[in-house]
Amino acid sequence: MSLSSRHLLGLSGVPKEDIQLILDTATTFREVLERPIKKVPTLQGKTIVNLFFENSTRTRISFELAQKRLSADTVNFSTSTSSTKKGETFKDTVRNIEAMKVDMIVVRHESPGVPQFLTQISDANIINAGDGTHEHPTQALLDMYSIREKVGKLEGLKVCIVGDIGHGRVALSNIHGLKTMGAEVSLCGPSTMMPRAIEELGVKVYHKIDDAIENNDVLNVLRIQLERNAGASIPTTREYRTYFGLTSERLKKHNKDVLILHPGPINRGVEISSEVADGPYQVILNQVTNGVAVRMAVLYLLGTMH
Amino acid sequence: MQVVIKGVKLVSPHQKLSKKADLLIVDGIIQKIGDLSKEELKSSTVYDFEDKYCAPGFYDMHVHLREPGREDKETILTGSNSAAAGGFTGIACMPNTNPAIDSAEVVLLIKAKAAGHLVDVHPVAAATLGRKGESLAPILELHEAGAVGFSDDGVAIKDAGMLRNVLEYSSMVNAPVIEHCEDVSLSHGHMNEGFNSTKLGLPALPSISEDLIVMRDIMMAEYAGGRIHIAHISTKESVEMVRQAKKKGIKVTAEVTPHHFTYTDDALKTYDTNLKMSPPLRTQADVNAIIEGLKDGTIDCIASDHAPHAIEEKEVEFIYAPNGIVGLETQVGLAFSELYHKKHLTIEQIVEKFAINPRTILNLPVPEIKEGEKANLTIFDPDVVWTVDKSKFKSLSKNSPFDKRLLTGKSLATVNNSQICVGSEISKI
Repeated sequence: MSLSSRHLLGLSGVPKEDIQLILDTATTFREVLERPIKKVPTLQGKTIVNLFFENSTRTRISFELAQKRLSADTVNFSTSTSSTKKGETFKDTVRNIEAMKVDMIVVRHESPGVPQFLTQISDANIINAGDGTHEHPTQALLDMYSIREKVGKLEGLKVCIVGDIGHGRVALSNIHGLKTMGAEVSLCGPSTMMPRAIEELGVKVYHKIDDAIENNDVLNVLRIQLERNAGASIPTTREYRTYFGLTSERLKKHNKDVLILHPGPINRGVEISSEVADGPYQVILNQVTNGVAVRMAVLYLLGTMH
Repeated sequence: MQVVIKGVKLVSPHQKLSKKADLLIVDGIIQKIGDLSKEELKSSTVYDFEDKYCAPGFYDMHVHLREPGREDKETILTGSNSAAAGGFTGIACMPNTNPAIDSAEVVLLIKAKAAGHLVDVHPVAAATLGRKGESLAPILELHEAGAVGFSDDGVAIKDAGMLRNVLEYSSMVNAPVIEHCEDVSLSHGHMNEGFNSTKLGLPALPSISEDLIVMRDIMMAEYAGGRIHIAHISTKESVEMVRQAKKKGIKVTAEVTPHHFTYTDDALKTYDTNLKMSPPLRTQADVNAIIEGLKDGTIDCIASDHAPHAIEEKEVEFIYAPNGIVGLETQVGLAFSELYHKKHLTIEQIVEKFAINPRTILNLPVPEIKEGEKANLTIFDPDVVWTVDKSKFKSLSKNSPFDKRLLTGKSLATVNNSQICVGSEISKI
């Protein structure tokens, strides 16, 4: 079994079999992570560059750990050390790195489309670790993995993504992936945080958090980017908390089990209360562990393709 | 010198001229139209364009030459060569140079550099100093120096108060105010806002950012007088507003670029930065409205918005790429492919939109194909099939999304100022 593409640019258009294969492979690697020696020789001799043009601690560490546990050689490149600051173009930077003979590139960039652009200027396998407000496929894969791990299935599940849909990249990948896997996807948040014509992707939009809780099995709560949104998309974080925040009172009111996910980092007391973030229904830290396994699966499947 | 343009079908709608003839041109002046004698043919250099069309020279009223300031992207000479090769005998160049065309000195510099070329170059000057929207540019002096219109192109005139002053002041010389209609408070994006921008995750600019300024400008032209010309119209709603304004007798005209009637924002799924321009590519409904607007005369002319950029500026991450594409050498082909061959416009209508209306808007004399008149001609073949090859562009820049595209229709030659450009080679006649 192998994937149908040699890159992972997003989950839009990725067939169900591919997602299934990644999730199943991740289950194997998840088991490796529980061993005393958490390392396999699978990608020995492969060189992977983590090209991070935007700050990201957790995604980069997760990828780096996944690479190390597969015994690949890894190099990190981040903007603080990059030559783009010296006026070199992105293309020249990539060509230079490519000339040092790399097999795979993991890329994070603020501009949508950069992973696609990379496939045109590099021969390496390209993995999108977040391109602007477009996609973040490994995050969605680990979210799906975590849901499946807890609930046992994705098909027929009702999943609602709550929060700032338009300024993030997690929602779009989740919508594509979950729908492909047969889940029913909805969104909840203020109307100013909904991208135009999002309903055309076949998702329902809620503006009341209580409706979202009542009608769903899973809530994937996104971070409110305080620095970016205050004043533009929402009046205050207080108003957001009051009308969209996930609190235990709200959950109790509905008297039903809802699985809570959050891709982190959490703004405690804004989009989610501490009680919920640390409560019995969440799988937030499982997501982090699963993230390493899912990224190992993606790296393995792409790195051993012929 | 004496040359003959042989066997052409003359098409000059403003003269109601439509017939086949030979043209005898002596020292740049049309000496004789009709069948020529053997002696006349013998003593002339003969350019045989049997059964091709010959129209008054085409004019592109929206071109960005990058001189002064960015001569690495385009100069007045290379832009003029590009225009001649693309089928144009005249162009108007926009004021977003560095320095901006906001003083008589810059107007005179451009005219001096352009002098002696086949292509006539007419500067459009800034409406406000430095295109900043804060104080009026010396419009009367600029006009006297040779500016044919006024525009803060790249942006709209900043606020309604300044727009009013520009319209009132420029009305003294009956010059058009050419507006790039965009409300910047609504447009922090890189493509049209809609389902496609949502799917591609690209920050977007909505069509209403254009519509609001078109509405403001039309209402102000009605109130304050003066003439508004809407540059590169791109939305369905704006086309309708111009249509209604014309019915009311408000002095408003409009142009459209070939890319806005050829492409929709569906094309952006490749993230090709050569499809990034301002205004952005819109939807099929907008394209349909633009074509209707061209048909019923709401849209007066076709202009390229030729915007040269260096390869290294365009070969970057999408959100960092500058707006704009080169268009002088592809627009005649696109107009015939998309408008004539798809039966939206006749050859006469295309000639009106390329040769007659832009000059009328800019108060320039429209060339006539008539004995005793200066020969100012575009010779074209609407049926020739060819493939765009950007490496052959005369423009210094190659930022075209149309490379390798198959087009039907092409300019074969241009004649003006006692010169002829055949293909892309210019020679004296």
